[in-house]
Amino acid sequence: MTRFSAARRFLLLSSMSLALVAASGCKPKAGADGEGSGAQSGALVIGAYLSLTGSKADFGIKTQQGALLAIDEANAAGGVGGRPVKLVILDDQGTADEAGNAVTRLIDVENASAILGEVSSSLSLVGGRIAQRRGIPMVSPSSTNTQVTEIGNFVFRTCFIDPFQGEVMATFAKEKQGFTRIAVIKDVRNDYSIGLAKAFIETFTKNGGTIVAEESYNEGDTDFSAQLTKIKALEAQALFVPGYYTEVGNLAKNSRRLGLNIPLLGGDGWESPKLREIGGNDIVGSFYSNHFAPDNANEKSSAFIATYSKRWNEPPTALATLGYDATALIIDAMRRAKGEPTPAAIRDALEATKAFPAVTGAVTFDANRNPVKPAVVLKVTADGDKFVAEIQPAGAAPAAPAAPAAPAAPAAPAAPASGAAAAPAGSGSGAAK
Amino acid sequence: MIWTYRTAVSIALIAALFVINWALDAFVIEYVVRIILQCGINAILAVGLNLINGTTGQFSLGHAGFMAVGAYATAFAVIHLESGLGFSASNIPAPWMQGLLLSVGLLFGALFAGLAGLLVGAPSLRLRGDYLAIVTLGFAEIIRLIFTNTEALGGATGYSGGRPLGLPVYTNFFWVFLWAILLITLIGNFTFSSYGRALRAIREDEIATEALGINTTRMKVLASVISAAAVGVAGGLFAHLMGTIRPDDFKMDRSVAMIVMILIGGLGSVSGAIIGAIFVAVTLEAMRDIQQYRLLAYSLLLIGLMIARPQGLLGSRELRLPAFLRRKRGGAA
Repeated sequence: MTRFSAARRFLLLSSMSLALVAASGCKPKAGADGEGSGAQSGALVIGAYLSLTGSKADFGIKTQQGALLAIDEANAAGGVGGRPVKLVILDDQGTADEAGNAVTRLIDVENASAILGEVSSSLSLVGGRIAQRRGIPMVSPSSTNTQVTEIGNFVFRTCFIDPFQGEVMATFAKEKQGFTRIAVIKDVRNDYSIGLAKAFIETFTKNGGTIVAEESYNEGDTDFSAQLTKIKALEAQALFVPGYYTEVGNLAKNSRRLGLNIPLLGGDGWESPKLREIGGNDIVGSFYSNHFAPDNANEKSSAFIATYSKRWNEPPTALATLGYDATALIIDAMRRAKGEPTPAAIRDALEATKAFPAVTGAVTFDANRNPVKPAVVLKVTADGDKFVAEIQPAGAAPAAPAAPAAPAAPAAPAAPASGAAAAPAGSGSGAAK
Repeated sequence: MIWTYRTAVSIALIAALFVINWALDAFVIEYVVRIILQCGINAILAVGLNLINGTTGQFSLGHAGFMAVGAYATAFAVIHLESGLGFSASNIPAPWMQGLLLSVGLLFGALFAGLAGLLVGAPSLRLRGDYLAIVTLGFAEIIRLIFTNTEALGGATGYSGGRPLGLPVYTNFFWVFLWAILLITLIGNFTFSSYGRALRAIREDEIATEALGINTTRMKVLASVISAAAVGVAGGLFAHLMGTIRPDDFKMDRSVAMIVMILIGGLGSVSGAIIGAIFVAVTLEAMRDIQQYRLLAYSLLLIGLMIARPQGLLGSRELRLPAFLRRKRGGAA
């Protein structure tokens, strides 16, 4: 009988703690559920869940800075229909349990009408599923993995998806550089790298190019001579390396040492001052795609760079810019929402977004809620990365080849042109998480 | 007589769980329910880890690895059971079936985590102290890297069972606490059995225990397997609460969080482990209002607690609670 002591104690304790938390956590009465409460007056809440502590804190902090700027500007311009907009930011420490808690808290306690987050795709998957289940729209500023918006019709993003960058670089290599023989070397353990490589190979061969070799490496490798020696014998004109800056830098050094003097091509995982620190002169002359180019400024992006630099005393990074764009997009959708800006109305408005003038390029959503917007190609030079080309998305949206009625004509984002916002002081691997 | 008493208690417990589950669903916001569920999951983790770290005194830093094995095995089993039985997004299993599927999955989780405990424990439990901690930490990292590199299990992005909406969210109050009570009772009884006494003897003096004719390695491996299996069940419940399991969620931080639970509660004390588990789950969330100072305050709180009560909230250096229970049990018998 005393065997149950532990169980009884446990029950007592759990019921005590249950009573404690339940006291502050009862569901609001029907009718005032979530969206309803405070809908007539008071601030509209955008809830953000970001990694403000932990190993990826820099991503979250930069995104937060961009988002806060967007909120300030919106409130200075009169808020949404006279109501102020409030940003509630919760830290998720970069872990799934905290991300899940943060999103449910934003919905249940903070009454968020829309959710902003996360940077990491894997955390956007955790939060996005809760948002979808609860019927609250979520916009991820910078999760590039295709799975994120596949969750459902409440999940959007403001960055392009991984495969699109592969298409961009394939188009750039074939059309702008005239390459016909290219070798690919990818990080086999990394979804991002695999996704870019796959899209690159498909587009490049479809356009009549030849992939002479498909090699692989692992994160942390510093010696690539085996793969590069093989590639050298095949007379490739360029080498596509969709990876992160550390390995790319080392690979560049390796290739020059072996006498392989062809340009390297890559994606936004290259964006870091570390790239030139590691690669030195050997990486100069290579190209990579990114969300924007610092020297391709238009009016909108120059204004953003100026206000951001003034507010935070540092130039904006890729993530900060995307954080600003995502927040501004949510506010815009709140303004465009029909009737009261309820979560459902905001979702509908988000879906109907047409050529929203974001800093990183005009945003129009395709059928899969991925933005159809141009990417830029930058060239690595001895004194910073220089803008070379802007690549428009091909006819259909990258993730929705079977979307005939996608609201995005290829020419749609032409007017406001691609933005230019980041300064060279990019934060690590940028949005390529 | 005993049997009717036990049966009555069991039925009452199940009924109570069922009613609370319903009440939480109807009246309490999801955020709070989520934290309560995490309390239950943490309790299983802490009691499981306590068996090897507290009772047996073998310091393991690698239980996040066993949790990962349990999480992946459970999720994999549930996803494949569902597709095998013809359930899909349009044909969602009934609530009782969901619980059954989850429980079968959890058995798989326990089995595989237990096997991992055997594989890791058999060679490494011959080591002691710091060496054991480092070896278990190494094994946990190996387990995590295996999952990171297994494409079929989602790689670094995490395992969602190949479904847009992720792993089905079957973890609810009823199943978490049913499994928690089951495992805690089991481990509690084990701890206070002759086996448990042997484990405590190993903690106090391994050589003397060996001299008494107890196969200490066998006992330690047994404790490791049971501990890993329990932690695996917690991992499975965690998987079906999160909807996605990522290798990154089973880093050393997770092992450290488990150790904090049992240190806060009192090393070697079953009920202490439960209190520590609830403490860890609730404290950080309760401090949301102070934003970025949260982790700082949490760390200070832990330091303060360890200075004020180095033996943990419940446990004394003599581990009062087990002794108290043992005496009472002796009296009843």
